[in-house]
Amino acid sequence: MQPPIRVLVAKPGLDGHDRGAKVVAAALRDAGMEVVYGGLHATPEAIVEMALQEDVEVVGLSILSGAHMTLFPKVRRLLDEAGADDVLLTGGGIIPKADMDALARSGVGRLFGPGASLDELATYIRGEVERRRSAARSA
Amino acid sequence: MSVTVEEEMLVDRVRSGDARAAARLMTWAERADARFAEAHAGFAAGLGHARRLGITGPPGAGKSTLVEALCKHWRTSDARTLGVLAVDPSSPFSGGALLGDRVRMSALSLDPGVFVRSMATRGAFGGLARATDDLADVLDLLGRHTILVETVGVGQSEVDVVRSTDLTVLVLHPGAGDTIQAMKAGLMEAADLYVVNKSDLPDAERLVHEIADALDLRRGDRERPPVVTVSAVTGAGLPQLAQTLDRLLDVRTADGRLARRRTENLASRVRRLVDAELRREAWERAGLEGELVRRMAGPGTLSVYALAAGLLAAFRARAAERGDA
Repeated sequence: MQPPIRVLVAKPGLDGHDRGAKVVAAALRDAGMEVVYGGLHATPEAIVEMALQEDVEVVGLSILSGAHMTLFPKVRRLLDEAGADDVLLTGGGIIPKADMDALARSGVGRLFGPGASLDELATYIRGEVERRRSAARSA
Repeated sequence: MSVTVEEEMLVDRVRSGDARAAARLMTWAERADARFAEAHAGFAAGLGHARRLGITGPPGAGKSTLVEALCKHWRTSDARTLGVLAVDPSSPFSGGALLGDRVRMSALSLDPGVFVRSMATRGAFGGLARATDDLADVLDLLGRHTILVETVGVGQSEVDVVRSTDLTVLVLHPGAGDTIQAMKAGLMEAADLYVVNKSDLPDAERLVHEIADALDLRRGDRERPPVVTVSAVTGAGLPQLAQTLDRLLDVRTADGRLARRRTENLASRVRRLVDAELRREAWERAGLEGELVRRMAGPGTLSVYALAAGLLAAFRARAAERGDA
């Protein structure tokens, strides 16, 4: 049997709207994942420290503050510097399509905007983790 | 079992204080990866330095908040290194889990002296996960001075934490008087120290008396464990609680009770491992599951006792055939 996928869901930045993060956390739990909820106002440094201690395979960030072009690349860079370059970084929020494309080019995974399907998110995460796990097995 | 280079390297990194290596070794343990058992054989002899404290109590008693407050206290009072294992339940339906204890420990997230790991129960029912003891071993190997093991919110019978720790703290809160009534038989007998949390609320004093009454009824001539009031939020009573915990452990180290408890705990872990292996041996490898389905579908007895006896006879016969009975 496949071990459960461990995901860290956190909400960096200053805005306090954590409903989206909570809905996503509950949906991923219902999809059979173990979701570590990192809470509000986490700094990129704290998020990466949590991800390392929890040894998650996925970090999902909810960003509604408009700071996505700073926060996603910063978390990605800190993860890579810590040797966690195999961790999938994904997330969502109010993010223009052009920004999503730019972030995807900088090593951030797929991002999900308002109205995105939760099933689609779970399927995406499962697919990415499966791909990484089999790559690690054959390495 | 032989220890491979990969395992040896990871273990050495953990021993030298590498938190990321510890996190990876924990994942091996949680996944029951054979590499963990092999690695464990290599480092088991060096374990036993860390103090293991169990923090248990009903949902809403303030366990996570108390864990955070204790960590902050010890980090500032004597800078000891800490490890926290926070267990939350897995859903029996989806297998998923929402591990939310970190939200109440956010003040610790940037202190490298505190390693926090969230665990899901993954089908275990005793208040902890199957691998909680293994993860505590990894924190011990990482050199942590004190390990706090926080159980799921418990009812009456989830007392596994007692067999996993040096000392068990039961956290209760005012308004939980009925809880005490319900707990008299299980947890109330098991704890080494009782904490009345939320002492800033009314009725805290009354709860202290109710606990004392319940303990007097139960304990007979045994020494009555301390009851301490704290407010994890305001910090009132925390230094006293931390001191009491250290003092209890010092006393038990000196009089030999700690060593006896650790021996019992290890024996109980071995029994659990053997139990799990015997179950797999019987139901999966010896095919009892299929046998059960066949016998229930066929004609004959529907007495559960007769069916069980028949299955056990079949199991013994198969073991004898293989020559290992």
